[in-house]
Amino acid sequence: MSEQSSRRPHRILVIGGGFSGLTTAVDAAETGAEVIVIERNPYLGGRVAQLNKYFPKLCPPLCGLELNFKRIRTNPLVTLHTMAEVETITGGPGDYTVTVKLHPRYVNDNCTACNACAEACPAERPNDFNFGMDRTKAAYLPFNQAFPQKYVIDGASCAADCGKACREACRYGAVDLEMKAETRELRVDSLVVATGWDPYDPNRLDLLGFGKVKNVITNMMMERLASPTGPTAGKILRPSDGKPVENIVFVQCAGSRDENHLPYCSSICCLASLKQVTYIREQNPGSKARIFYIDIRTPGKYEKFYGKVKEDPNVSFTKGKVARIVQAEGSDDVIVEAEDMLTGAKVKVQADMVVLATGMEPTGASRKVSGVGYNGDGFVLSVQGVSAAGCSKNPMDVARSAQDATSAVLKAIKTGQGR
Amino acid sequence: MDKNIGLYICTGCSIGESVNVEKIVNIGKNALRVPVVKSHFALCGKEGTGLIRNDMQAEGVNTVVVAACSPRVKYEEFDFPGCIVERVPVRELAIWTQEPNSEEAQLAAEDYIRMGVIKVQKGDLPEPYLMETVKSILVIGGGITGMTAALQAADAGYPVVLVEKEDRLGGFVNRLHKIGKIPADPAKDPLIADSGIENTIKAVESNPKIKVYKSAKVEKTEGQPGAFDVTISSNGSSETVRIGSVVLAAGWRPYDASKLGHLGYGMPNVVTNIEFEEIARQGKIARPSDGKEAKKVAFVQCAGQRDPDHLPYCSAMCCTTSLKQAQYVRQNPAAAAMILYKDIRTPGNLEYFYKAAQNDPGVMLTKGEVTGVSEADGGNLYVEMQDSLLGGQVKIEADMVVLATGIVPATADDPILMLQYRQGPGLPDLDLYDGFADSNFICFQYETRRTGVYAAGCVRQPMNMAEAQEDATGAALKAIQSVEHVATGIAVHPRAWDMTYPDPYMQRCTSCKRCTEECPFGAIDEDEKGTPFYKPGRCRRCATCMGACPERIVSFKDYHVDMIGSMLKSVSVPEDEDKPRIIVLACENDAYPAIDTAALQKGRLDPAIRIIQLRCLGSTNLVWIADALSRGVDGMLLLGCKYGENYQCHFAKGSELANYRLGKVQETLGRLQLEAERVGMIQLAIDEYDKIPSLITGFVERVKEIGPNPFKGF
Repeated sequence: MSEQSSRRPHRILVIGGGFSGLTTAVDAAETGAEVIVIERNPYLGGRVAQLNKYFPKLCPPLCGLELNFKRIRTNPLVTLHTMAEVETITGGPGDYTVTVKLHPRYVNDNCTACNACAEACPAERPNDFNFGMDRTKAAYLPFNQAFPQKYVIDGASCAADCGKACREACRYGAVDLEMKAETRELRVDSLVVATGWDPYDPNRLDLLGFGKVKNVITNMMMERLASPTGPTAGKILRPSDGKPVENIVFVQCAGSRDENHLPYCSSICCLASLKQVTYIREQNPGSKARIFYIDIRTPGKYEKFYGKVKEDPNVSFTKGKVARIVQAEGSDDVIVEAEDMLTGAKVKVQADMVVLATGMEPTGASRKVSGVGYNGDGFVLSVQGVSAAGCSKNPMDVARSAQDATSAVLKAIKTGQGR
Repeated sequence: MDKNIGLYICTGCSIGESVNVEKIVNIGKNALRVPVVKSHFALCGKEGTGLIRNDMQAEGVNTVVVAACSPRVKYEEFDFPGCIVERVPVRELAIWTQEPNSEEAQLAAEDYIRMGVIKVQKGDLPEPYLMETVKSILVIGGGITGMTAALQAADAGYPVVLVEKEDRLGGFVNRLHKIGKIPADPAKDPLIADSGIENTIKAVESNPKIKVYKSAKVEKTEGQPGAFDVTISSNGSSETVRIGSVVLAAGWRPYDASKLGHLGYGMPNVVTNIEFEEIARQGKIARPSDGKEAKKVAFVQCAGQRDPDHLPYCSAMCCTTSLKQAQYVRQNPAAAAMILYKDIRTPGNLEYFYKAAQNDPGVMLTKGEVTGVSEADGGNLYVEMQDSLLGGQVKIEADMVVLATGIVPATADDPILMLQYRQGPGLPDLDLYDGFADSNFICFQYETRRTGVYAAGCVRQPMNMAEAQEDATGAALKAIQSVEHVATGIAVHPRAWDMTYPDPYMQRCTSCKRCTEECPFGAIDEDEKGTPFYKPGRCRRCATCMGACPERIVSFKDYHVDMIGSMLKSVSVPEDEDKPRIIVLACENDAYPAIDTAALQKGRLDPAIRIIQLRCLGSTNLVWIADALSRGVDGMLLLGCKYGENYQCHFAKGSELANYRLGKVQETLGRLQLEAERVGMIQLAIDEYDKIPSLITGFVERVKEIGPNPFKGF
């Protein structure tokens, strides 16, 4: 900072290495601050890494992630800790002490990503990156553009009597099955909480059939189905029988805007569904899509994207909340029952697959960081010294998260000045 | 610098088992005359990097070629500050993508390593461009966005100059009765509050770091980031101040309601949402025609917005504004508000505004298309609506109608910045965003094509007040970053680490003006004689100028025409006519990472290709094509980002310009009597790695069909 150049740099701890956290880290470091990023996953990029395309440009999220990774690679002021969680925060603005737990990766920095451990590994685990729609070995690379490009061993999935084939296979001494969790104490001037969100648990949406009715998936699962790195290498095939999807229904506000679930609007689901309509329409020219909605929320320039999708004669929109989803008799098809609010008519639609536009639940709803304040919905309440950024604070899309994260940097950087 | 090169070849990750490393070591020592050439089983391990460090100490190695894996991995291990370091991705380009122990793999490894050595021989350590700079920040616009940016920047220690066109600060907020707030804690926080704008204005005007110009406008902006000379006129006099960077917060105006005659504007009791605020400020909701308190107020949403004949976009804030204004009406418990909408848009926690309205029996929300407003008896109005929840065609009577008009950005018809740039006074590309000064990049919201200019608030996107304040804070941070970077000679986004800059050899300039026309960032002006004049502070280091220059005079310390030209001229060209050689120029930001990912899948790539990474495809100089083809290279393929309306190029125009230049290459090829199809370009996104093997094979096959380059063997 202009008057601070002779002082030591500000130290900022960023909790969360998703798009908001990365943006915070990069922007803070490029303004001269020392930044430590704490990420729970073994990779950075968070939810954005799981997305196939962005709305409204339909461009690949990896493009922006890669650029941010490159900036991290070239910036010595950024320190990354993956598989890490904050345990406690004490102190106050300008002088916080944070204890961080580093979980064992069982793979050290010698890893060259040669894949020998995975080839040798006899055990498998459900692939959480793909929402369990496929499996990986217990020694695995989270996805093929994962950053850092380092394998992980999921200790919980290892067989008790495993002959440790992974360790034998590694020629670089990178597999360390004796690795223990570590606790570190960090001192920083300020914190930015960018812990992001989880898709709302669709099992709680009783009437919408998830987990009971075949071929009912969530919007985040749809991202993985459409992605070239996903379980079907980007082919949108329905889970029960691998049939290409011809006829798809999107159910908006699956959990959102609902007192019994998420009282707020999740902001992104209308646009996400419109975007996912383009996935299927592009892949399968004869396909038909129908969207059940309460309001289509495409603010600002996004309206033009809505306009484009609406022009497609194979896409239809029905204003009405879905009442019930059941299995079609004698087939793997899905039946969606709703009321068309404009005509008052009861509607029953049969589809190959149904996508629930499940909402955004802040991670603070289920996993709070001790020492951080939250509102009743689990969103972070910023105070001086501890700023929230991105979806930990309010539901927002990637663009708004990026902007919000940059804004959080200035708040963080000002805290502790003149100390 | 006197370079003492060390070439280090890793034999791990199957490299040692797949190629003859001893032969490569010999080439390094004898043919390339590299003084220190060593191989190691795991160069990235402690022992491997220790070996390199030891040579730096003992042998004075200061230029390191690491022939191992991609620069995208093991970057910490191979970070040697003060040294030139070149990472040659032998593993990805010669081992994982070629047949092990084949002649092709060997030749590929040798070619890539030779190119790496030539690259460091031709390159130099960056030296920053240093000039005298200031760190003051100009904020254009004294509304809530501009004032927030000014206060934030001043609080962080930076001097601020604030220019406001009106005679007082505050902008539109001055006209509001109350403001709507996004509740951070919906259980406690009120939705509607006093604006407190007076306090903000006081804070700005009393801040010693902020100099305020009122009734003022920017007459002209000359110079470059760190050293802009901005002439501000105010009350008949003008003054020039030195500025480091700019926050553009020029705001918006309501859409011209006189164009909304079909919605009744012009009738006495039809007002806009802004006019309605002014009525509410007087206390009771008195309608204009007779001052009678309005008991039944109809709000017509999307009055102009979402309408191709008016504003094609949604103005994002009008739904919340009307929900707020419905509460003004409901101050009188006997009054009712009706909101007639297409969709109620209250994303995130704004949903609580919607909930509050739903829970209020005096607020009625009805979806439908308003088709017209007509006069009823006694100054009342009929709102006609179709396709509504109430049935096909309905007519609703109201005492007063509020048109929820939308936002028109200040930049829609005024350049505001008045840049004295050859490429024009305003921001380019505004037509892509309906006049808003928006970013084309979802991931990077503050990017404009004018370095050091960061837009915020409603001039950037339609948004509400709380969002505008966040936006202002972000833009202030970017403005700070910009002045700090330019002060130390480092580029800003996207090459925010780069200390090089374009250094043209002006004696050979022919003033052809291609660089000044093509620079995506308007970094090059012309003097009175038409000679280009580089403004490095504006430069983003994409090297588009280097690609554009027919005289090849633009160079960066570590990137120039001769460097890439020498590299591609060093590539082996098999004499065997069945074995074509094709050079692939790949964007290092997207296409190359995609190739890396394809390599991680161990997918085979056609052995004909040799890949060279470019800063941006915009830096492609046509001489490289002539150089390569005249040496017998059979074809050249450019891999770059998607261009057009939704362009993905981080330098906005790079891939598009490369394609444009390829259109002209015909001439060069004609001179050489070669087929134009030998040179091609493919737009490739970073996630399309699965398509790379077949795209490359397809191109190689097409070149094979044309036949071998007749220059082969010359």
